[in-house]
Amino acid sequence: MKIMGIKKKRKIMKRRVSRSVRGDIALYLFLLVFVAVMMLPLIFAVNMSLKPLNELWLFPPRFFAVNPTLKNYYDLFRLMTDSWIPMSRYIFNTFFITIAGTAGHIILASMAAYPLSKYKFPGSNMIFRLIRSSLMFSGAVLAVPNYLVMSTLGLIDSYLSIIIPAFGSTLGLFLMKQFMDQMIPDELLKSADIDGATEWDKFWKIVMPIVKPAWLTLMIFSVQNLWNTGATPYIYTESKKTLPYALSQISLGGLSRAGIGAAISVIMILFPLMVFIISQSNIIETMATSGMKD
Amino acid sequence: MFNQPTVSNKAFAGPAAGERNIMRRIKADLACKWRIAKKHKMQYLFIMPYLVIFVAFTVVPVVMSMCLSFTYFNILEFPRFIGLQNYFRLFVDDRIFIKSLANTIMFAVVTGPVSYMIALFMAWLINDIPRTLRVIVTVLLYAPSLAGGMTNIFRIFFSSDATGYLNAILLKWGIINEPIKYLENPDYIVPIVIFVILWGSLGTQFLSFIAGLQGIDRQYYEAGAVDGITNRWQELWYVTLPLMKPQLLFGAVISITGSFNIGSVVTGLTGTISADYSAHTVVLHLQDYGTTKFEMGYASAIATVLFIIMISSNMAVRKLINKVGE
Repeated sequence: MKIMGIKKKRKIMKRRVSRSVRGDIALYLFLLVFVAVMMLPLIFAVNMSLKPLNELWLFPPRFFAVNPTLKNYYDLFRLMTDSWIPMSRYIFNTFFITIAGTAGHIILASMAAYPLSKYKFPGSNMIFRLIRSSLMFSGAVLAVPNYLVMSTLGLIDSYLSIIIPAFGSTLGLFLMKQFMDQMIPDELLKSADIDGATEWDKFWKIVMPIVKPAWLTLMIFSVQNLWNTGATPYIYTESKKTLPYALSQISLGGLSRAGIGAAISVIMILFPLMVFIISQSNIIETMATSGMKD
Repeated sequence: MFNQPTVSNKAFAGPAAGERNIMRRIKADLACKWRIAKKHKMQYLFIMPYLVIFVAFTVVPVVMSMCLSFTYFNILEFPRFIGLQNYFRLFVDDRIFIKSLANTIMFAVVTGPVSYMIALFMAWLINDIPRTLRVIVTVLLYAPSLAGGMTNIFRIFFSSDATGYLNAILLKWGIINEPIKYLENPDYIVPIVIFVILWGSLGTQFLSFIAGLQGIDRQYYEAGAVDGITNRWQELWYVTLPLMKPQLLFGAVISITGSFNIGSVVTGLTGTISADYSAHTVVLHLQDYGTTKFEMGYASAIATVLFIIMISSNMAVRKLINKVGE
């Protein structure tokens, strides 16, 4: 207790260099302006989505809606239920792809990260280095040969063509492995060995609960990625297409659909934003271990 | 560990014996590795599902892409080997490719470092503010990157007729006399694309930087102050950045990957092909040949060029970051 007290005092006495009240005020002012600018397009989107039709055509246009209404949201759902394929179908597709892809990714990536992090065996280093360097590639570059792989495997025009590649996302495995490296003490696993635990027991009952922050992080990145999956060359049946695709078709309708288009944008961002807010502190904890040694 | 038993006293018995020795050592090595590998059966079993998918959808496509780039391939017929012809065509005949390559490099050089710096700077600014406020600011700043471009909103804002918001404001203030066609005029398209990309760029690397800064023990700053650091910039350069070098490297990889993959923002803002190809990028050119024209060999050559650029810029940036704090 005494030592703690002294430490605390020392912290108070030694303020860090050049921190001043004036500097703090400038900092908060700058932050306020910066955040406001960043928020502007989002606020604009919310406002557009609340505007009745006559305000969308107003000249000169006004930033804020004068008579906010939820009509655009209502119209969106009506438009979609009246269309050839009901809205609920696109919603289901996107939810299904997002949830299945994310769940599979978290389980497979954690299963692979565990031995890579805690054991040394022939090939383990090479595998991890390969995965780490493929962080540099992204889907767009691989799209063409991926099409061939998928048609060979017979995955074309099925949900699996989006879900299965998402299982193998490299960012997730990288973050999971880094987190396990730092957060799981070897002694813990050794003592479990003495108790006669199997590998699966150790993974499922010891490792997985500890790395909960990491799987929440994998969740947000995977959700973000899958939720925004729009038109892909791998799926051509209309009833298997995703929500962003359907929404992009609607918003092509020009200004008369601008209100509905904005409503779409608002709906699309809400789900990942909620996931992010819920898992925010865990994500920061995980990202602390994200560093790369050269 | 595995080499010891095979080091024999016959090491000087002549070249043949030496060779045999080496062979024996390699054999013993392999046998030993095999024994270790067998002991780790469970570990391989754990990795297998992920690895199979990773190989099928990342490794195989990369290798395939490189091989196909030397062929003519239209999916229907078997690929035909044509040597370097695709690459000649790319760099000699394809003016649009050269244009898109120049655009991609320009976008990457501008958005990569700028987004990286903004992410680092903002993470640094919010590092010292109270926790609750920091969380709120983090969520608010991260939100745009969740929006996936939101290009339809920007299309309304930059719309070319008088109902476009920017035009309306400028007309009202008397700055311009007639509406500007922002998204049809090459002079405006590029800055607007850059703006939209930067707007949504406080993503993964931003979170990594926040976490890296949070992880630095206060005592390092105190030690720095004792050693004669007098202002915040010195503190940043000599104390903070060297301590978060691993995060800086991670953020660099993420930034580079992102900034070379610009494509969907452009099509979202300007339609499939921007006026005069003014914002056409390599990724879009690749998609054009791969998924519209089905010239897979040619598209693979484009992808291979992009690989090489990304890998070399990654290596260059790694070297640069290793100089931090010197």
